[in-house]
Amino acid sequence: MARVLHNLIAWGLLVLLASLLMAPAAVMAGVNKPVLERGKGERCVEDTEFMRRNHMALLKHHRDDTMRRGIRTTKHSLKGCVDCHASSKTGSVAASKEDFCMACHVYTGVKLDCWDCHATKPMKQYRPAATPRVTPLMVQQQGGQQP
Amino acid sequence: MNEQNLKPDSSDRRAFLKAGAVATGTALAPGVLLFGVAQARAPGEPASDKVRWGMIIDTTKCASGCSDCVTACNTENGLSGATGPQDSQWIRKLNIRHLKSGVETSLPMLCQHCEHPPCVDVCPTGASMKRADGIVLVDRHTCIGCRYCMMACPYKARSFVHEPLTDQNPEVPRGKGCVESCTFCVQKVDRGENTTACVEACNAAGHKAMLFGDLNDPQSEIAQTMKTYATTEVRADLRLNTGVRYQGI
Repeated sequence: MARVLHNLIAWGLLVLLASLLMAPAAVMAGVNKPVLERGKGERCVEDTEFMRRNHMALLKHHRDDTMRRGIRTTKHSLKGCVDCHASSKTGSVAASKEDFCMACHVYTGVKLDCWDCHATKPMKQYRPAATPRVTPLMVQQQGGQQP
Repeated sequence: MNEQNLKPDSSDRRAFLKAGAVATGTALAPGVLLFGVAQARAPGEPASDKVRWGMIIDTTKCASGCSDCVTACNTENGLSGATGPQDSQWIRKLNIRHLKSGVETSLPMLCQHCEHPPCVDVCPTGASMKRADGIVLVDRHTCIGCRYCMMACPYKARSFVHEPLTDQNPEVPRGKGCVESCTFCVQKVDRGENTTACVEACNAAGHKAMLFGDLNDPQSEIAQTMKTYATTEVRADLRLNTGVRYQGI
């Protein structure tokens, strides 16, 4: 019984080793690499290699500066990312699996919480859902000035 | 300035203006002063504690049945406008009646942006916070949705987002699982507009019942109004030193 178990473990290890050796080869050959929908984004605010590794740190730093101290520079803002990288097809950075954020995040299996709250589309595409702020009728009835 | 041209009754005011001119204005010609318009902060400059944003609401000018401020707030911040028990309301119109005299008053109720906010005191994660310029906000990145702040707020000013949201205003991120409330239109304030959607709508409708400005700037209209007229804090007994004050209640 113990001999059979030993055999099984040995085979198992062998298969595991083989798969580990082959995995990097598959990546190097470019299999299943994410295909990005870059949007406008011709030139990023930082070097592409740097952004790949550090975009999350920049965003986190900027989010605290903006939220807590009211600093609203645009260089490392999430809004800036969206403005530039929104896909020409979906108009968003996270609507489909090819869109800028999702392509890599689906590939690496890292879930994003940003878009639970933040808009995935640029400001110029935003249409408020509620009724207009002051209607002409309101102005007429209440004798006010149109803004 | 030619002192002989001054009317006797205005001399005090002139002296006051002259004193102010040294600090904030420039004399263009005799009797003509150019006061510096409040400068917008540069985008890279943090909010300053020299400023304290506040609001005065004149309930005698607030028309019962008018809810332009509420509509404007909903439009600006992307709220649905629904008023069910689970819907977000950042500003509400209230009709109150004095029990003895029977006087009826209509007023908008919103986050009072307290100097000593109870919501900030009770927050277990530090998500509920007061910015240097007195604006009380929720940092959704650290909010865990426990809703202690909603319990602590004496003004019932906070709402909890129960359902997933889509198509938010890019300037006003909101999402499920977080508490939220009036932000004094912080996105407009940071752009240097120094006004809020509700105040703009109230002025546009001709009521002019709401006034927004810097309470710390003695030249500002709001500081002058506060100095001239009696204004009341709601639940002043709690000594929270609210940023929103009411006239006529």
